[in-house]
Amino acid sequence: MSITYLDAIREAQAKALADDPRVFLYGQDIGNFGGAFKATKDLAKKFPGRVLDSPLSEDAIVGMAIGAAIEGARPIIEMQFADFSTCGLNQIVNQAATLFYRTGVPCPIVVRLPSGGTPGSGPFHSQSMEALYAHYPGLVVLTPATVEDAYSMLLGAVEIDDPVIFCEHKFLYNHLKAESLPAEAEPIGKARIARPGRDATIVTYSAMVHECIAAAEEVATDGFEIEVVDLRSVKPLDTDTILASVARTGRLLCVGEAFPWGGVCAEVIARVTAEGFGLLDAAPQRLNAKDTPVPYHPALWGTHRPTASSVASAARQLLEI
Amino acid sequence: MSEVVKARPKAARDEGQEFVKAYRIMLSARVLEEKLAALYRGGKIKGGVFLGRGQEALSVSVGIHLRKGDIFAPLIRDQAGRMAFGDTILDTLRTYLGSALGSMRGRDGNIHRGRPREGYYAMISHLGAMIPLVAGGLLARRLRGESGVVGATCIGDGGTSTGAFHEGLNAAAVEKLPLVVVIANNQYAYSTPNDRQFACADLLDKAIGYGVAGHKMDGTDLGACLKAVGEAISAARSGAGPQMIVADLLRLVGHGEHDDAKYVDAALRKKTVGRDCLAVAAAAIVENSWATAEELAAWRDEVETEVDDTANRVMREPEPDPNEEDWCAISTPELEDHFA
Ligand SMILES: Cc1ncc(C[n+]2csc(CCOP(=O)(O)OP(=O)(O)O)c2C)c(N)n1
Ligand SMILES: [Mg+2]
Repeated sequence: MSITYLDAIREAQAKALADDPRVFLYGQDIGNFGGAFKATKDLAKKFPGRVLDSPLSEDAIVGMAIGAAIEGARPIIEMQFADFSTCGLNQIVNQAATLFYRTGVPCPIVVRLPSGGTPGSGPFHSQSMEALYAHYPGLVVLTPATVEDAYSMLLGAVEIDDPVIFCEHKFLYNHLKAESLPAEAEPIGKARIARPGRDATIVTYSAMVHECIAAAEEVATDGFEIEVVDLRSVKPLDTDTILASVARTGRLLCVGEAFPWGGVCAEVIARVTAEGFGLLDAAPQRLNAKDTPVPYHPALWGTHRPTASSVASAARQLLEI
Repeated sequence: MSEVVKARPKAARDEGQEFVKAYRIMLSARVLEEKLAALYRGGKIKGGVFLGRGQEALSVSVGIHLRKGDIFAPLIRDQAGRMAFGDTILDTLRTYLGSALGSMRGRDGNIHRGRPREGYYAMISHLGAMIPLVAGGLLARRLRGESGVVGATCIGDGGTSTGAFHEGLNAAAVEKLPLVVVIANNQYAYSTPNDRQFACADLLDKAIGYGVAGHKMDGTDLGACLKAVGEAISAARSGAGPQMIVADLLRLVGHGEHDDAKYVDAALRKKTVGRDCLAVAAAAIVENSWATAEELAAWRDEVETEVDDTANRVMREPEPDPNEEDWCAISTPELEDHFA
């Protein structure tokens, strides 16, 4: 049997609904239609009255989830595309993110964001928004890169008593397959060594993990072993695992699909520079998407975002090959 | 006085009782807000002061018709409604004066207070944003199998122009939730008059567009407010879906205590909307012989003493201590991010 990343997202929601009567799903077209990407296929039938179609209203979707959470429910809401979550931004960053701090009442909601670029998706169906949400105190921001993590981290997210921004990558939905769903899970908040190495560290997350592993394989033909760290969670950020890797390799490249200004890569470099300056043999580098909107045409898009080959050349530069 | 009351039919007596109860809450809110204004002028308040003078009749009518177990998300000018729903002089003063013992522990202040666990949601500043929240709270109650619950939230004429107002009310209407949206049409949003705010002939017209029931009344008339709000809340409670209330009135203070409200059209103050609902209600009480003018004066003295005593007590309470704060914004400490 083979299970895709998308199947994992759906199975995690099915398990959450089955295990916990407080869980319900709310979002656009997620009911009988099963969602724009089919991440909720058949769930409305299996769990009558608990998988609800919403109007086209991101502010209301998020706001209602928060109200429901105050009353003890554990809603999972789907933004049809991460990009549209800007229409619910106020509720996420001002309401969900501040509720516990202000009132002491936790806000256990999961906001699913189908994120990242796919060929032909263009400026408004391709964005990676993790840095925007990670900027706000009060949110947990997860970026699973594997089928196993998509499943176990989504289940974990439902159990967390705080608002979780769950950035699932659309490019991985059907591309990524595993043999089975995991029985055990790595704890949320811990990064993972996706590929061990000794000569340089690449810190990355989400779909870029796979580009970076491919880049590391390519650079291995030159005789260099690159360690790839998959962050899994961008907030909290597992600085310890990053620093331990940099201590082994002395060199750091951060790779992210998001826009370059600020963001996860900038944060990782800031922390490593501040807390592990002495571990570095070379100036830390980052590789992000270009500082333009995400272009529509695949020929442009393929250059806008980092790829295995652009990561490999950045890594070679870092290694001074 | 008791002679007169006894001589009246029971319905009139009950009406009188509810009216007087509402009046006394309005009076408490008014006296408390007068104290807040004085404390503000004396530099004792942390942050701003935003008062509801002139809007107490509408506000109290909401709080008084809600029950324990209902949901209430009041807004800026709802001191009276808050108190009718169970908020206290003590917690109000603690929040304004920044006492560490207040419900918001110094983490938020003034009107941004509540006790969500008790159905009393704490507003964020962003207008309109509480409407979806109350709708979601009601949805969760329904999913849990509860019925007979009502959720009410208040907003101003300006707030009706927000996207959240539209999205929240529309979504609640689609789900036929027992949501009551109370619009205090006080003719201005800060300095912006209604003719720069909306182009419909009447805000009530919006109810038709959302497919919800609409109710309209004179917001300076306590009897009219109690009746219309009571009917709307009963209708929501019995399953008739969302209800929209529009009350016409005027804010009789500045937007906040920093504002002299010079922009308010002087002619409006002379119209019905410009009446002081508290004075109108007091006159009705005396006219109906539900109480005498002397009793009314005694009630005011009583609240003034309580408010003064409470303020003196709160001013001696500790401030929040930054060294005692855990400075953690989430409830799961293991997931806290650490910055060196
Ligand atoms: C979304 C948003 N924009 C702007 C403000 C700033 N603001 C606070 S109160 C106010 C006027 C509100 O007018 P209205 O809704 O009519 O209520 P009123 O003050 O008259 O009671 C404004 C503009 C805000 N709080 N929220
Ligand atoms: Mg107004």
